Amino acid sequence: MGYEPVIGIETHVELTTNSKMFCGCPADFGAPPNTNTCPVCLGLPGALPVVNGTAVEYAMIIGLGLNCEVAPRSIFARKNYFYPDMPKNYQISQYDQPLCVNGHLDVETGAGTHRIGITRVHMEEDTGKSTHVGEGGRIQAASHSLIDFNRAGVPLMEIVSEPDIRSAEQARAFVTELRAAVLRLGVSDAKLEEGSMRFDGNISLRLEGSEAFGTKVEVKNMNSIRSLQRALEYEIERQTALLEAGEPVVQETRHWDEEAGTTSGMRSKEEAFDYRYFPEPDLVPVAVDHQWRARVADSLPELPAQARGRYIEMGLDGPVATVISRDIEYGSVFEAAVAAGGDPQTVANWLTGEVTALVRRTDLSLAAGPIDGASLAELSAMVSDGRLSASAAKDVLAGVAAGEGPPAAVAEQRDLIQVSDTAALEPVVDEVLAANTDAIQKLRDGDDKVIGFLIGQVMRATGGKADPGAVTELIRSKAG
Amino acid sequence: MPVDIDIAKVARLARLALNDEELAGYRQQCEVILEHAALVQTLPTEGVTPTSHPLPRTNAFREDVITECLDREEVLAQAPERDGDYFLVPRILDEP
Ligand SMILES: [Zn+2]
Repeated sequence: MGYEPVIGIETHVELTTNSKMFCGCPADFGAPPNTNTCPVCLGLPGALPVVNGTAVEYAMIIGLGLNCEVAPRSIFARKNYFYPDMPKNYQISQYDQPLCVNGHLDVETGAGTHRIGITRVHMEEDTGKSTHVGEGGRIQAASHSLIDFNRAGVPLMEIVSEPDIRSAEQARAFVTELRAAVLRLGVSDAKLEEGSMRFDGNISLRLEGSEAFGTKVEVKNMNSIRSLQRALEYEIERQTALLEAGEPVVQETRHWDEEAGTTSGMRSKEEAFDYRYFPEPDLVPVAVDHQWRARVADSLPELPAQARGRYIEMGLDGPVATVISRDIEYGSVFEAAVAAGGDPQTVANWLTGEVTALVRRTDLSLAAGPIDGASLAELSAMVSDGRLSASAAKDVLAGVAAGEGPPAAVAEQRDLIQVSDTAALEPVVDEVLAANTDAIQKLRDGDDKVIGFLIGQVMRATGGKADPGAVTELIRSKAG
Repeated sequence: MPVDIDIAKVARLARLALNDEELAGYRQQCEVILEHAALVQTLPTEGVTPTSHPLPRTNAFREDVITECLDREEVLAQAPERDGDYFLVPRILDEP
């Protein structure tokens, strides 16, 4: 019997408010070190925090976007521990009365739709940023650390999933969908490389068919969605090997090493952390009444899952609809192209195929670039009325992306317009048929495969510019 | 109503280096406090809403506007040690 992974993900998302969670310092990324600080976020004695109302509303937006219930009353709590990037020696967080609970996110993989429960979404403050000085920036080998408190106090949302995830692939799909949802909701820039979105995984294995949970390991330090998937794959392998050898899995926190592609146990603690949570006496409760909740719920933008459903109704296949719906820019270009008359599936295929390749290869930006809804609609029309072949359309697309002009002009310049005019094609077809009397006989005898050969000959004679549809029709009528 | 306190652990969690005499003294003081709390806990509270705050107020929010920050030199001057524009702290043993 095999083992089944049981995975839960904790995601932290920084909000894009102007100011920090409890003080008026700027919450933006990239300011010179230690310039965005004040007595509150430096934890100076006597300084008092005041809650940023916009941050509460953004937290509610995330919660409602993840189908959570919003608690009518929630409170902040102090989480006590000593760490140099947290100047107060406690973090203001939420504990037993979080803002949002009991939500879910539907996630698509090749195997279908999975509903992943969201246990809670709560508000807290980010810590400062430490840089470990010494061997390779690794914490254990560092000689000392440097602290920048600009990030201390930036509004941070913790999104905790239920242990509903059953594979590393599902975990990847979950965080991809979650990131897309947060971006659509417009409350975080969710940049993995800048740390405004981060995640930890909890993973245990159990015998397939068993309801009981195995021993849980927490995996940290994954800086991309890809490394989250790799780290979980590694843990599944490691824990499977232990269990198969009859050895126990130790409950611990493990660090993902991107270069080695392995996880390793962190130094065992002298004393398990004892956070001694208690209600934050400096902050009064947050009370969300029906009107406030309803106003936020009514203002929610369309979420990726809803866009996906709409795209499928427009005729897209599932996987392509998933990709387009997860990216705001793709979604808006796609919708503009379809509104301008483009064929949905053709446009979507270009976006997920050629355009994606162009974006990766060049520094093409969809938002600013020449590839927009109008140009894709025009290109789509040229293909459907036979002026362009599917492969020539890709060349035209590259030309448009390179700034050579709108599709029709690029097609002219690159000499890619297809000949579909019967009068122009007829002499060429006649010539090819005259030179291939054997083939025509075979066609008449019912060997239909031979038509491909004849079309190929016409294409060669026209330098690939003949419209295969028109050529096929001509050959059939003449051979008939 | 005796209350059992691991006073050495409490001191460790607060990063306080206390000698045996001090530990014994604080242990006695903490006991008095906890015994009182234990007494309060015997009150019948069924049907009473938990009170996290004594103030009859909720939603004390500020507008999301940026206010002035402290001068960096003034801030770093308070640090035991600095390295350029950063606070310098001793080697950190482990993640929290
Ligand atoms: Zn501040």
